Amino acid sequence: MTPVRLPALSETSAAICFLFVLLIPSATAGLVLINAGLGRFRNAAHAMLSALCVIAVAALVYFAIGAAWQGSAGQPAFALHVAGWDWNWIGAGGYFFRGLEPGGWSSLPALFGLMSAGLAAIVPLGSGADRWRLGASCASTVLLAGGTFPLFAHWAWGGGWLAQLGFVDSGGAGVIQVVGGLTALSITWILGPRRGKFNPDGMPSALPGHNAVLVLLGCFMAWLGWLGLNAAGAILFTGVAASRGVLIAANTTLGAGSAALSVAAITRARFGKTDASLCANGWVAGLVAVSAGCAIVRPAAAVIIGLIAGALVVYSVEWLELHLRIDDPGGSVPVHAVAGLWGLLAAGVAGPWLAQLVGISTLLGCILPLTYGLNWLLNKLSPQRVALEGERQGLDLYELGAGAYPDFMTHNEDFWQR
Amino acid sequence: MLLLGGWIIVLAAIALLPSGASQVSFVLVALGVEALGLTLVFRANLAPGRERR
Repeated sequence: MTPVRLPALSETSAAICFLFVLLIPSATAGLVLINAGLGRFRNAAHAMLSALCVIAVAALVYFAIGAAWQGSAGQPAFALHVAGWDWNWIGAGGYFFRGLEPGGWSSLPALFGLMSAGLAAIVPLGSGADRWRLGASCASTVLLAGGTFPLFAHWAWGGGWLAQLGFVDSGGAGVIQVVGGLTALSITWILGPRRGKFNPDGMPSALPGHNAVLVLLGCFMAWLGWLGLNAAGAILFTGVAASRGVLIAANTTLGAGSAALSVAAITRARFGKTDASLCANGWVAGLVAVSAGCAIVRPAAAVIIGLIAGALVVYSVEWLELHLRIDDPGGSVPVHAVAGLWGLLAAGVAGPWLAQLVGISTLLGCILPLTYGLNWLLNKLSPQRVALEGERQGLDLYELGAGAYPDFMTHNEDFWQR
Repeated sequence: MLLLGGWIIVLAAIALLPSGASQVSFVLVALGVEALGLTLVFRANLAPGRERR
């Protein structure tokens, strides 16, 4: 394997890239609104505060150790010499951002990583909504921002062994979305379904989100953030010129739009009405899927990637809930894990497909068992699920002492134990 | 174990086999092993319902 070398950024490209990085918090805010809107009203303040705390924890942990382990191409790293090849497996940078140039653009990958760690940490909140304790979600974020995220980020973005194979993931479909989505899957397994979600026969009940406006507003914010995320990631980790941002923005928008329309058409055809929350999930799934190859695929390919991502969301939501009895209120597993894996595979059509398959295999065969194992251990040390009383009362009152909507009437059936 | 086993097969294929049909075959077989492992993990984590009554 040969070391990864990326062209040095010009002053102009670096400045443009910096502006793109500053858009990433909009993607995070969008996902937070979607997660809060898809949860129940008595957990809304808890969902928003959990997101804020999780982003804070992710930033601090990434600053302390994550950035050092992620590293960047051309920087010091630990390598294993196996079968005649050097397998670059983890960064060897300084902890607490030591060694970063304070006044130069060379710190951009670390800033991008800081923003991305927060975005990845938001994803599991959607699957654990309505039953995940605030402290437990923060503790789980420590494992993600200090363990699984920087590990895979180094392999794919930091000049690690996957990057050496030619693995392409410009906007973080794998590094951010699938890592977050697989953590979300682990959390659904560990927490179990919400009370009343499945009846004794195993059939799911509908527990609709409390605010479709928040969910759809979140989609608009996510779109803006993803434009910056994909463009900045492509410039930093694929080595494309800043002018490629035009194609990336077009691909990002086309992927999201075609995925949302795909979901709208499928739900209309199957159920007779267009499902707003599924369309929102489809929009985000399109953003996720197109992220991997946003800098290398043609716009027509971005449309196809989006159309398939939308279809995958509809059928995987149904499959996960009906057949596998996964209770994922925010749709994090289909939107981030399934669509992200599809995006990585689709990027292989335009790039080195064997490397993409190896990347997918690594996510499923290494990152999933790792994140599941770490969260399982955490759950053994301190249960992650809120007590029964807290779930019945609502996390707002139980953990925060006040609700998001104090004027709302609470009906008796909200407290019924089904 | 099957998930991890599949990934190790992929690593072994990259490290030990020359690039070509045999390497691709091993990677595809390893993905099949992982799919089997994923199926088992999903079944092991089914929420209580008809099967467990």
